Amino acid sequence: MFEIFGIPSNALFGQLLIGLINGSFYALLSLGLAVIFGMLNIINFSHGAQYMLGAFVAYLILQYSGLGYWPALIVAPIIVGITGMIIERTMLQWLYKLDHLYGLLLTFGLALIIEGVARNLLGSAGLPYTVPESLQGGRNLGFMFLPNYRAWVIVASLTICFGTWFVIERTRLGAYLRAATENPTLVRAFGINVPLLITLTYGFGVALAAFAGVMAAPIYNVSPQMGSELIIVVFAVVVIGGMGSILGAIVTGFGLGVIEGLTKVFFPEASNTVIFVIMAIVLLVRPAGLFGRRG
Amino acid sequence: MKKTMGLAALAVMLACGTASAQQINVKIGVLSDMSSLYADIGGPGSVAAAKMAIADFTKDHANVKVELISGDHQNKPDVGSQIANQWFDVDKVDMLIDVPNSGVALAVSEVAKQKNKIFIVSGAAASTLTGAKCNANTVHWTYDTWMLANGTGKAMVKTGGDTWFFLTADYAFGHALEADTSAVVEKNGGKIVGKVRAPLNTNDFSSFLLQAQASKAKVIGLANAGGDTINSIKQAAEFGIVKGGQKLAGLLVFSSDVNALGLQTAQGLSLTETWYWDANDTNRAWTKRWHEAGAAAGKFPTMIHAGVYAGILHYLKARLAMGPGEHDGKSVVAKMKSMPTDDVLFGKGTIDVTGRKRHDAYLFEVKKPSESKHPGDFYTLKATIPASEAFRDPKDSGCSLVSG
Repeated sequence: MFEIFGIPSNALFGQLLIGLINGSFYALLSLGLAVIFGMLNIINFSHGAQYMLGAFVAYLILQYSGLGYWPALIVAPIIVGITGMIIERTMLQWLYKLDHLYGLLLTFGLALIIEGVARNLLGSAGLPYTVPESLQGGRNLGFMFLPNYRAWVIVASLTICFGTWFVIERTRLGAYLRAATENPTLVRAFGINVPLLITLTYGFGVALAAFAGVMAAPIYNVSPQMGSELIIVVFAVVVIGGMGSILGAIVTGFGLGVIEGLTKVFFPEASNTVIFVIMAIVLLVRPAGLFGRRG
Repeated sequence: MKKTMGLAALAVMLACGTASAQQINVKIGVLSDMSSLYADIGGPGSVAAAKMAIADFTKDHANVKVELISGDHQNKPDVGSQIANQWFDVDKVDMLIDVPNSGVALAVSEVAKQKNKIFIVSGAAASTLTGAKCNANTVHWTYDTWMLANGTGKAMVKTGGDTWFFLTADYAFGHALEADTSAVVEKNGGKIVGKVRAPLNTNDFSSFLLQAQASKAKVIGLANAGGDTINSIKQAAEFGIVKGGQKLAGLLVFSSDVNALGLQTAQGLSLTETWYWDANDTNRAWTKRWHEAGAAAGKFPTMIHAGVYAGILHYLKARLAMGPGEHDGKSVVAKMKSMPTDDVLFGKGTIDVTGRKRHDAYLFEVKKPSESKHPGDFYTLKATIPASEAFRDPKDSGCSLVSG
C-alpha cells in the first residue's frame, strides 16, 4: 500500500473505478446525443427529459404490470423511442433545413413540457425503485467494495457503446446513414428510404437515452429533475469530444467520468464544475473538439 | 326636539360602533420552491396550507381581509431576493412566509430587515437565522439545524455512535447542520474522524460514500436534504454500508423523502421532526382538509406545511390585536413575540427574543414495511423532546437581539 498525493493507493483505485462507472453513464447519454447531432444535425435538448422518461416508464411498468427491471430494460426504451419517432415525424422534420437554433429551441421547449407533466403527475420528491434481486450485493475487490449493479453498468454500457459505434462506422446500414446525412438527394436516388432512416435514427438516439434512464433508476433518485441535472454535463462531454464524433463521445464520456471522480477525491467542492473548465480549455485550443471532424 | 336629539345620539353611537370594527387589510406572500428539489416538502402544499389558515381565521373574524399571492424562488438566492424586493416594494406584501432553502432564506431575511417588513421562515433550516444573522423582522418557525443536531445527533451518540464522518451539502444549510451536529457530538464525548463537502444537487455519491467507508466511522452523518439525502441513502444501501456495520444518520429527513425511498430502503432510519400527519386524529383531519384545499392526492403534508398554517394564524392574531392602520414589521414581530402561541397543530408554544419559535420535537424511527398499515404510515414515535430542551437557549445563539 503506497500513497499518491497523500491518498492511499487502494482508495485512489477505488475512486478511479467509480469514475469509470459514472463515465459509462456519461458515455451512454452522450452517445445518443452524438448520434442525433452527427446524423441529423439536430441539437436534442430534450435528451435529459427522455432519459428521465426512461426511468419513469420503468417505474410505471413495475407499478401497473408487475414487470421488473429486466423486461423494462427492453420495453421502456422501445416505448420512449416510439414517442421520439412521433416527435420527429410531427415536429422535427420541418426544421432540418433551418438554422440549428430552431431545433434547439423546439427540443428545449419539449424538455420543459415533459418535465412539467411528469412533475404534475408524479411529484418532485421522487419514486422508489430498487436494484433487481439478481444484481444485489457485491464483492470485495480488496481495494474497495464493488456493488454487482455497478459492475453490470460498466459492462452493459461498454457493450452498447461499442456496438453502436460498430454499426455506424463498420456496417452497410451505418454507411447508408452516413451517406444520407452528407447527401440525402443522391442517396434517395439510389432507392433508399431516407426519411424513414432519419426517423429511425432519432428514435434510436432517444431509445439510448431511455436505456440509460432505466439503468439509472435503481441507483439514482427517480425524479422529474434527474435529467436536467445530468444533461448539461452531457452536453459538455459531447462538445469536448467533438459534436459529430461517435467515438469522441464514448471516449470523452469515460475519460471525463474518471477526471470527475479524481476531483471528488482531491477537491470535492469543484466536482460539478471541473468538466466545464475542461470544456473551456478544449474549445480554446481545439474548437472542433478532441475528435471533431467539422471545421 | 328631545326625541330628535335622542335619535341623533343613537345614530352617532351606532356610527362609532361600526368604525371600531373597521377593515384590517393584510397581504401575504408564500415564497417557495414550486418546481424543483424542495417542491414536495414546501411548494404548492404550502400554498394549500396558507389558504386553509386564512379561511379558518377569517371565518371567525370577518373584518380581516387577507390577500394571498405565491411565487417560485427556484432555489436561487438572487431570484428569491428579487421576488421579495418586488413583493415588498411594488406589490405591497406585508408578510412573506415559507422559503425552503437556507441560502434563499438568509437573503430574504436581509431584504425583510431593510424594508422593515415581516418574514416567517417555515421551510429553511439554518440556525444562523436566529443566531449570528438574526434580526427583528424575522421569525423562524417549524425547525432548525440546532434542533435536528440535538435530536438525531444526540440520540445516536448516546446509543454508541461515537465516531462520525460527515457528508455535507456544500451551501449554507449543509455547513450549519454539520457545525451544529459536530458541536453536539463532541459535547457528548464523540469524535469527528472526517468530512467531505458535495455540491448541491449531486447525483452520484458513490465517491463520497467510498471515502466514508474508508474512514471506518461508526456513524455517517448526512448533512443534506431532499434529493441529495435520497440519493445518499439509496446508494449507501448499494455499497453495503449499513450491512458493513456503519450507521446512517439522516439529519434532515421528511416524510416525502421516506415516500420516495420506500420503506424497504429507509427502514430503521432515525430522524427528528416537529409535526407528523399521522400522529393523532387532529393531524389526520387537517391532512384531509389539506388535500381538499388543493394539495396533490397521494402526497402527505410535511412539518413545513404545518408551520405555514400555524405561522399565518399567529401573525393574523397579532395583526388583529394591533388593530387597523399601518404597522411596521418590527412592531408586528414584537407583538408576535409577546403573545404566546396556540394552534391545533403545534399546541402551546412561545417565540423567544431571537425570533425562534419553540415547541416540542419528536424523535421518530422509520417503520419496517411489515409494520406499515396504510399509505403514509411511516413512523414510530421513539421520544418526545420538550420545547425547553429541543431548541437552542437564546444566550448561546450569538444573536445581537439578546441583551446582556
